Amino acid sequence: MNERSLWRRFAASRSGVLGLVILVIVGLVALTAPIFFPENPFAIVDKPFLPPFGKYLLGTNSLGRDLASGIAHGARTSLMIGLLATAATLIVGTITGALAGFYGGRIDNALMRFTELFQTIPPFIFAIVLVAILSPSLRSTVIAIAVVSWPPIARLVRGEFLTLRNREFVQACVVLGMGDMQMIWRQILPNCLSPIIVTGSLLVATAILTESALAFLGLGDTNVMSWGFMIGAGRTYLRSDWWLCAIPGIAILLTVLAINLVGEGLNDALNPRLRSH
Amino acid sequence: MSRLRLVALRLAQAVPILLGIVVLNFLLLHLAPGDAVDVLAGEAGGAPAEYLALLRERFGLDQPLFLQLFYYIKSVAFLDFGYSFRQGAPVLQLILDRLGPTLLLMTTALFLSAGGGVLLGVVAAMRARRWADSVISVLAVISYATPLFWIGLMLILVFSIKLDWLPTTGMEDVTAFYEGWDRVLDIARHLVLPARTLSLFYLATYTRLMRAAMLDQAGMDYVTTARAKGLTERRVTLRHILPNAFLPVLTIIGVQIGSLLGGSVVVESVFAWPGLGLLAYQSLFARDLNLLLGIFFFCACLVVLVNLAIDIAYGLLDPRTQRS
Repeated sequence: MNERSLWRRFAASRSGVLGLVILVIVGLVALTAPIFFPENPFAIVDKPFLPPFGKYLLGTNSLGRDLASGIAHGARTSLMIGLLATAATLIVGTITGALAGFYGGRIDNALMRFTELFQTIPPFIFAIVLVAILSPSLRSTVIAIAVVSWPPIARLVRGEFLTLRNREFVQACVVLGMGDMQMIWRQILPNCLSPIIVTGSLLVATAILTESALAFLGLGDTNVMSWGFMIGAGRTYLRSDWWLCAIPGIAILLTVLAINLVGEGLNDALNPRLRSH
Repeated sequence: MSRLRLVALRLAQAVPILLGIVVLNFLLLHLAPGDAVDVLAGEAGGAPAEYLALLRERFGLDQPLFLQLFYYIKSVAFLDFGYSFRQGAPVLQLILDRLGPTLLLMTTALFLSAGGGVLLGVVAAMRARRWADSVISVLAVISYATPLFWIGLMLILVFSIKLDWLPTTGMEDVTAFYEGWDRVLDIARHLVLPARTLSLFYLATYTRLMRAAMLDQAGMDYVTTARAKGLTERRVTLRHILPNAFLPVLTIIGVQIGSLLGGSVVVESVFAWPGLGLLAYQSLFARDLNLLLGIFFFCACLVVLVNLAIDIAYGLLDPRTQRS
């Protein structure tokens, strides 16, 4: 399918386009954060608890930090962790699923048992344990999210490989004497990219939610500004200065919503037959 | 008899998973900084030196790794998860003390989300593509994107701080010394906001799932047959389509029970609800890794148990699955 028709089908879903617009804005905020807010978002700029829409666009927090700067730098953190964690998840899940689906038999059995074990474990509690053990940092957060989210991807890729494995084009490759690795990565994988892309886009949203929850619980990287951390820091002042919690939460809500909408739009565009009711 | 055998079979299948969880717990223990005993005794000291020496001997830390694993499995099999010096009590006792509130919160959230999801899903399916359907769909999409902890804080802000209708945190008003029904009522009032918060995401999931399943089932032959018999539309929907459409929801409840437990960590720490989640949160701050690992292990076992129960319930609801 060519790119233009793909775009036209994506544009047919109004909610998908809305999501894309919000996402582009969040992306721009994240990219321009160092230009508009060159100072460290942890820097104390003024008196604490200045209300929004005064001297500072979103006011200052309990320590006198600029809230708008925190939101902008937090966008960088959220998007970066969302993308990195999703990339790591996709790599682990795709390799596991591809090997299980391609080789079948004992390898499949063993890998799927392993996947089942990881699916049984409560994901968020597992993530908490991992970050606590690896000690909080960006790297630990990415690792923890990837470790708890790969099983569904592995199952998806395995299913696709199981059906594609016996198709004629794969059998033709076998006859040509092509190596296993080349068949897996060059021939079969490109044919199951669209469900992987759709699931991957939704994974970014889940990863951002998980990261914010970890940061809220105090398990984020203490040197990096994050929306979850801002909500956690503001909760003590909910009674008097509720916007300290409300604003970062709205940022998370909008970003995750936008990604979900884009994911659904992609799904409709890539799998027109599977369009939901 | 066949039902008993089904239960026995499922139990046997759960054993390797439980063993896997124990091994994983053991590996995590070793991954942590310091040796396993430092972690077991609550990191950064707190435990007397004699106890540490005793533990080192008991877990055979001078012996090969697989022997250590064997000792570890043995102690877990006897439900010995060690002692928390930070809390001054055995880990098992701490966990059991906190289990009740968590189960209360989780079952309430589960009934709210499953009940509400079925109801809203049926309404959305019956009104497919009309305004009620659209409103429900939009609300579901927004619920998907809302962080649990944030919606919890916003509910506290609106219903406790601004409107002053409901208590902000805790499970009961301990200073009031309520007894009997007054106490039940007091706990119920405290339960409203945390249960509502925890159920929101799942309510959205079950609503969408129920809607899709209802629309799927509506096209089946048996529905046409039921209509041909002259049954009313209401009876066809409620007695014929609904029970069949509920099965996928039941499956997803089993799949998501682990994430519900994870959600309760966040919700309990927002509402200071004295359950396992709050205990996990407190153990994080005390750097009490062994207690955290104990909770982790317990939660994983709970997921296995609930899935066992759902498998059996599935067999009862759908006789076709029993034969296979």
